[in-house]
Amino acid sequence: MAEVAESPGDPGTASPRPLFAGLSDISISQDIPIEGEITIPMRSRSREFDSSTLNESVQNTIMRDLKAVGKKFMHVLYPRKSNTLLRDWDLWGPLILCVTLALMLQRGSVDSEKDGGPQFAEVFVIVWFGAVTITLNSKLLGGNISFFQSLCVLGYCILPLTVAMLICRLVLLAEPGPINFMVRLFVVIVMFAWSIVASTAFLADSQPPNRKALAVYPVFLFYFVISWMILTFTPQ
Amino acid sequence: MAAVDNLRFEEFGDAPTSLATNPDATTISIEDPGETPKHQPGPARGSGREEDDELLGNDDSDKTELLAGQKKSSPFWTFEYYQTFFDVDTYQVFDRIKGSLLPIPGKNFVRLYIRSNPDLYGPFWICATLVFAIAISGNLSNFLIHLGEKTYHYVPEFRKVSIAATIIYAYAWLVPLALWGFLMWRNSKVMNIVSYSFLEIVCVYGYSLFIYIPTAILWIIPQKAVRWILVMIALGISGSVLAMTFWPAVREDNRRISMATIVMIVLLHMLLSVGCLAYFFDAPEMDHLPTATATPNQTVAAAKFS
Repeated sequence: MAEVAESPGDPGTASPRPLFAGLSDISISQDIPIEGEITIPMRSRSREFDSSTLNESVQNTIMRDLKAVGKKFMHVLYPRKSNTLLRDWDLWGPLILCVTLALMLQRGSVDSEKDGGPQFAEVFVIVWFGAVTITLNSKLLGGNISFFQSLCVLGYCILPLTVAMLICRLVLLAEPGPINFMVRLFVVIVMFAWSIVASTAFLADSQPPNRKALAVYPVFLFYFVISWMILTFTPQ
Repeated sequence: MAAVDNLRFEEFGDAPTSLATNPDATTISIEDPGETPKHQPGPARGSGREEDDELLGNDDSDKTELLAGQKKSSPFWTFEYYQTFFDVDTYQVFDRIKGSLLPIPGKNFVRLYIRSNPDLYGPFWICATLVFAIAISGNLSNFLIHLGEKTYHYVPEFRKVSIAATIIYAYAWLVPLALWGFLMWRNSKVMNIVSYSFLEIVCVYGYSLFIYIPTAILWIIPQKAVRWILVMIALGISGSVLAMTFWPAVREDNRRISMATIVMIVLLHMLLSVGCLAYFFDAPEMDHLPTATATPNQTVAAAKFS
């Protein structure tokens, strides 16, 4: 049992004692074992130091990153409340999705004199600056999500809309008409709802409860604008 | 003062009641210059001051002014400084939007809703929504108008989004800047009762633009009369919100200058709405159908006479 001689903390004593004056009076008996390890048990870090990723083959590196991206795609397609997207964020997925979307949405350079659809750079800028703006908004409102985590979630949740773009492109190969438009409209609406549900499943918890709607509305606007661009895409 | 327990905090009320109970005591009142006439014990002021009381809000604004002074203390290069401009809850944003849609005569939007907590959330996102609402509605309306024409090929007109963004954001930030500068200049010449900070003016302008979002969506209807009626309604509502907000700020001034300021505010607002309507929405050409039905009649009549 440790014996601690307590110094009297009575403010009524005449002489003011210096700070920590009573520490020297503490004595610890021999019964307490104070041996042990002072190394921090972070196994994963020791493993990394043992086998540094510098020496592995390129295929390993690429496959590891691709698997991480693929796993996050699965999380977006079946949104459950899990922390994988938030914990191990990466921006590969958003980059791949954004480039794919911008490549498919851009108009050809043939009719540059007519006012047509967006160029590649315009889509790219809208996606990335939109995501940055929403992240800044969420942080300014007092959310406790980090900058890149939020960018990661918003970027990955564009996946349903990219799938919608692919489907619209395929549908547009058929003959144009109102049925064509109805099919595309239905697909875009479903994927838009999916994106919103997926992103709010991850983002809504990071906001204080009385500001959730304020943080979610810009996400709604962002995906709405992207859906509009997908829906109004007309091949030249 | 009444005898109080040493360790218990007691509310002493505000300055007028304290002065009434103990007229000789010196009191320190920390309030902005806009509030001082209210506390002057002048019974012969007339109904003008009662109007002031209504417009300036009730006594709570004293406390919020004090609290506001304690809030913004971070230097401007830290992130926390900008967080103070987003310190609003969902219900507060909804209240402010509601206040901009229902202008009650005699109620000042700034004093009633903003109360020294101007936010940048409302102005920024209302302007962003308005930009996309105008661009998308214009595109949709043009598509519906030209639907039957053989030579029409639909284009998404994406360039117009950037033009709309430039116009709306320039209006929402440069006009308040000019107005604020003008009011500061007049304040140096004439002692005004009410003075607004730059952010409060940005806030009023931002929230007053909210009415244009449903207006832009309803502009899809390709009827000229409907569109102009919508312009009038929207201008009436948001113009009156702006006019009632800024009237107390210029009322003490020269009659001509105050009238000119209010007229200018409403005129710029009208210019924005009419300009957007003219640029983004094609004129509905409803005279296609009457001429199509008129010409067969004419040819039949001509055949009869000949």
